[in-house]
Amino acid sequence: MSHRTIDLEVMRYRPEQDDEPWVQTYKVPCEEDWVVLDALIYVKDNLDGSLSYRWSCHMAVCGSCGMMINGEPALSCKTFIRDLPGDVIRVEPLTNFPIERDLVVVMDDFIEKLQRVKPYIIRDESKPISEGEHRQTPAQLKKFKQYTLCINCLCCYAACPQYALIPEFIGPAALTLAHRYNQDSRDQGWEEREDVVATNEGIWDCAFADACSIVCPKHVDPASAIQQMKISSTLSWYKNLIGLGGKKR
Amino acid sequence: MEVITTDIAIVGAGGAGLRAAIAVAEAAPDLKVALISKVYPMRSHTVAAEGGAAGVIKSEDSLENHFHDTVSGGDWLCDQDAVELFIEQAPKELIQLEHWGCPWSREADGRVAVRPFGGMKIERTWYAADKSGFHILHTLFQTSLQFPTIDRFDEYYCTDLLVEGGRCQGLTAMEMRTGRIKVFRAKAVIIAAGGAGWMFPFTTNGAVKTADGMAMAYRAGVPLKDMEFVQYHPTGLPGTGILLTEGCRGEGGILVNKDGYRYLQDYNLGPPDPWPRKKAMELGPRDRLSQAFWHEQQKGRTVSTKWGDVVHLDLRHLGEKKIDERLPLVRDLARSYVGADPVHELVPVRPVVHYMMGGIDTNIDAATAMPGLYAAGECACVSINGANRLGSNSLTELLVFGGRAGRHAAEYARKTTHLTESLADQLGEMAAQRVTELFHKEDQGESLSVLRGEMNKTLESGAGIYRTEDTLQETCKKLAELRARYRCLHLDDKSKVFNTQLVYTMELGSMLEAAHAMAHSALQRKESRGSHQRLDYTERDDDNFLKHSLAYYAAEEDPRIDYQDVVITRSQPAARVYGGAES
Repeated sequence: MSHRTIDLEVMRYRPEQDDEPWVQTYKVPCEEDWVVLDALIYVKDNLDGSLSYRWSCHMAVCGSCGMMINGEPALSCKTFIRDLPGDVIRVEPLTNFPIERDLVVVMDDFIEKLQRVKPYIIRDESKPISEGEHRQTPAQLKKFKQYTLCINCLCCYAACPQYALIPEFIGPAALTLAHRYNQDSRDQGWEEREDVVATNEGIWDCAFADACSIVCPKHVDPASAIQQMKISSTLSWYKNLIGLGGKKR
Repeated sequence: MEVITTDIAIVGAGGAGLRAAIAVAEAAPDLKVALISKVYPMRSHTVAAEGGAAGVIKSEDSLENHFHDTVSGGDWLCDQDAVELFIEQAPKELIQLEHWGCPWSREADGRVAVRPFGGMKIERTWYAADKSGFHILHTLFQTSLQFPTIDRFDEYYCTDLLVEGGRCQGLTAMEMRTGRIKVFRAKAVIIAAGGAGWMFPFTTNGAVKTADGMAMAYRAGVPLKDMEFVQYHPTGLPGTGILLTEGCRGEGGILVNKDGYRYLQDYNLGPPDPWPRKKAMELGPRDRLSQAFWHEQQKGRTVSTKWGDVVHLDLRHLGEKKIDERLPLVRDLARSYVGADPVHELVPVRPVVHYMMGGIDTNIDAATAMPGLYAAGECACVSINGANRLGSNSLTELLVFGGRAGRHAAEYARKTTHLTESLADQLGEMAAQRVTELFHKEDQGESLSVLRGEMNKTLESGAGIYRTEDTLQETCKKLAELRARYRCLHLDDKSKVFNTQLVYTMELGSMLEAAHAMAHSALQRKESRGSHQRLDYTERDDDNFLKHSLAYYAAEEDPRIDYQDVVITRSQPAARVYGGAES
């Protein structure tokens, strides 16, 4: 297989010894079908055992390896070196998050927000197992299926200009997940979630820049989810105003 | 040393660990759960399962069918009492997951849809397109967030069990963010830490699957059962080892050699038509299909590529619409990683290490022989999988036995007391010593990646799809050498924060122990059964080996191998028959 040697510029930060992040360059001989993650693994195994990054599945489903690649948030296991121009590739930790070490970011904020939107089925009464499954037609499934596909890679948070400005913003992935459950025919938790998401930190903070949807590696389209939430929230507000309010099902 | 007190500590937050945690939270809301994982839950390898989960739901299917498919699929090495319990619980667990919001694919009338898998008489695989494991994992993770009694410890690497008075009473774990080792004082521990595919050079498994849970139990004296049984999935992408689900063949995909010939008909799986046909040809069991590849390769009938020898998976006749609806991930993966669009092109595939049938020996309550210690999921061996796991039984297994582990551990925890804090601290210090020592080794010229590479190589060459006395002896010898050299490994990276070199080093230690157990178990099983095929003992030998192997840790020495009878309730061992003109 043909080789192409690249300069892999990696942002390093080891809190015990570095005052601030700096860039280290490694020369990496790449196979033609390598992804950026393969180059990082090469560095770790052959050049510098101290480099830290997260990864696991190498097939774009576990969501561990989101990072900035040439300035754009992306999965390093799905970004092919052959698709990047030039012989220099720059990798950095996802922006908008504190750096824990090297390419590893602190995810606490996202995890807290994920939990806050109540991403689980909420029902007044749960159905006994003996009664079997809920019926859900393919059309009903289609209403929310796309929004179930988020792998929590955080690329959308790194791309979001609002999150950069307002750290309290719940953000694309977590809001989309709230919408996913709201749209599920089995769920009755819209009102509970509305208290969390129809707020200034929630959907109303989104300026519809669409950056989240552009970078999403799984085509979840968080921007559209948030716009749909804004519409249903507004409609419900007007319905309440004219006395037609009731529980949304 | 910081001591964290909980009631039940769970190691691993993939499908089995999450299911166990929820089971405890529901059955015993008064008990505290510490859910400890070296990765965030959604990174766990359950996420990569594609095809689906088996459970009888169709009226034309029956528990009897599921039982028989599983037992014959496992070449009669399954414990039949465990299988009976498993198949009976399976549909309930899958319905439970539906109630928790899992987006199962549906029939037009709104019922869940099912697809056929290999070795299955009637279709019974519930699926969510070809991202079933992803959806199961996220559904469980998200569902778990509503329970206040579940405390998560994400990115904590568990190092050792705390055993006192013959009981498991907690564990030690390193917080990766700080490098600090902490003691978890628990009344019961559940290990749900997944498999060990990374022992091999070419695997579908994510990098997190490094035998940690198995090794932790093994070092503490709990035997590893049936470790010689390693499943090769017949359809991995060459180069990366990325899995292409059996669902491809369930939906009608075929396998052809370099001449475009459906070679499986030469291996007691034919005739090829009519197709698709259950329990025949491409819908035969995984062990048979992977072995057929090996024979094709010996005959020079595979296709030579830059990634090595392959055969072709042909999905073109399914058409774009069906592929996009049922197999969207497969299409995406094949296009991205080997540049072949299955709508228009043949996809190169080859067998790849996928699953460990063996693991921590448990009974049907997911309890090990050590009081207070439970295990479930791929790291455990209960055993419903026998000598060859039937595709789509493992996702269901982690639900059924993860749930049981949670409930039985809760019951046990109610009747027992905590270790004293001072004793916990003392035991923790001793366990932490092992990790601290890694930091202070002199450089003796051994490298982590070299050792791992040599381990990978010797397992593939000695304990791969076909094995012999000579290759296994060689592998056992090599592993003994690698275990000795491992003790000379030193770390360049002395930092505490997110030190992945340290974690990889501990993972390699785990893998070497599990590999050692595997190679010796394989060496001593002088027969061919399911996924364990010996060129020097080509027949199944029920007189001598209708038994589970149990590997006991013996420190510097080779493991002691013992045997345990297989539980047989209603299916006497018989020939495994696949193919035939009728299904």
